Amino acid sequence: MTEETKPFEPVIIGFTCNWCSYRAADMAGIARMKYAPNVRLTRLMCSGRLDPTFVFKAFAGGADAVLISGCHPGDCHYVNQNYKAMRRYHLMKRVLVQMGIEPGRLKLLWASAAEGQIFANEINKFVEEVRALGPLNWNADRRPQIADHVLLSVVNGQPAEAEVKA
Amino acid sequence: MSKPKFAMYWAASCGGCEISVLNIHEKILDVDANFEVVFWPVAMDAKYKDVEAMEDGSITLCLFNGGMRNDENEHIAKLLRRKSKIMVAFGSCACEGCIPGLGNFSTVDQLIDTAFTTLSTDNPKNLRPQTSYDAPEGALHIPTMNPMLKTLDQVVDVDYYMPGCPPESHQITAVVELVIAALQGSAQLPPKGATIGAGNSTVCDECTRKRNEKLIKAFGRIQFTHTDPELCLLEQGIPCNGLATRSGCNARCPSAGAQCIGCYGPAEGVVDYGARLISAFASVIDSEKPEEIDQILDGLVDPAGQFYRFNLAGSLLRGSKSAHHQSNGS
Repeated sequence: MTEETKPFEPVIIGFTCNWCSYRAADMAGIARMKYAPNVRLTRLMCSGRLDPTFVFKAFAGGADAVLISGCHPGDCHYVNQNYKAMRRYHLMKRVLVQMGIEPGRLKLLWASAAEGQIFANEINKFVEEVRALGPLNWNADRRPQIADHVLLSVVNGQPAEAEVKA
Repeated sequence: MSKPKFAMYWAASCGGCEISVLNIHEKILDVDANFEVVFWPVAMDAKYKDVEAMEDGSITLCLFNGGMRNDENEHIAKLLRRKSKIMVAFGSCACEGCIPGLGNFSTVDQLIDTAFTTLSTDNPKNLRPQTSYDAPEGALHIPTMNPMLKTLDQVVDVDYYMPGCPPESHQITAVVELVIAALQGSAQLPPKGATIGAGNSTVCDECTRKRNEKLIKAFGRIQFTHTDPELCLLEQGIPCNGLATRSGCNARCPSAGAQCIGCYGPAEGVVDYGARLISAFASVIDSEKPEEIDQILDGLVDPAGQFYRFNLAGSLLRGSKSAHHQSNGS
């Protein structure tokens, strides 16, 4: 199949917290639950660690959507940092809409360590929603290599700025 | 011995940078005493062909202000880069796009429509500018607009960045003195890529207002708010950008009772200025209820404008989706 005739597979960058949502993803894996492979997960210690820069970088690098997930309100391992993530999510969404990015491309998902099934179901749902929105095409020429590049630079904490600016 | 050569150019900018250079008062005489001004369209008559005739690398110092809005801007940026030893992105427009960079929220057609059809324009025939025209004397061309405004370093290699809208005169003086001292061998220039003529910290660091814990229940606009002159503006719900903005201006605006709008650009280590501010503003909102958070955020009437006023073209996203799609033809 050529590049043009391939069906659109959304590239989604996901951020999980170490204590709940990553455990939920782990649970889904251990339980052999099948769900869409479109989300590339990055583990942070806490959803409160999520710098909005990560989200903008993902979009700028060619991601079609971004998932932010953390512990349920009240359950945060760091007391209340997931509320911070929630407020950032609300504000980010407003800015992204002004940039012309559909609000449906940014999702906030609470998942406890026991909610592997919910996590898998929500990802399936999200992938279909993003598929319906179509490709974001922010950086059309760089899309194929995006996911790994963004992931690596986020994990290493070293923004690969030169590439983003290129 | 002939004097080292100096050039200054304006691309998509307002001319304020040139005013701030002239605002260094009698220091301008030092510039004249130490440099031969070879090209400075706002101050003296010169033609592009004169610059083209110069030897590559023959201009010692080029202060380039303005963003890359059209092909003429890019052409001159590349030309001056070739002819200059030290290329300084001078002022916010060249560094990060500044106000002209806000055009990246829109497509070129939208910008032109706004300029040629809105209420303040008398254009009964609904004309639009053409980029070329066959006159009896020969073909005429005007520059073509780029789909998006670019910063100087998105087009050419830049040696130093000098932020500010415009750069403060005392900072320009310091930089001019440094370059002169370096030419005389009594000082060293900073490493390539450095930000010069500014601090390494944030505006908050220079601000003298009192700071306590920030817990915000409502954002307000400064023109409708009575503010305490002693207290941190952000604590009073005024969206002040000082916490992500580079120091160097002596916190001029907060000292004068106005919020920092971020003209000195991202502070040291900030990758995306707006993202840093989103992070900070969201952190200090005093609510854990989604509805209430939304209500508080309604007080920020134009978040993207608030966070990217000077920085859109130099930010990670660079512009809106429509501007990008026009740019990559999809």
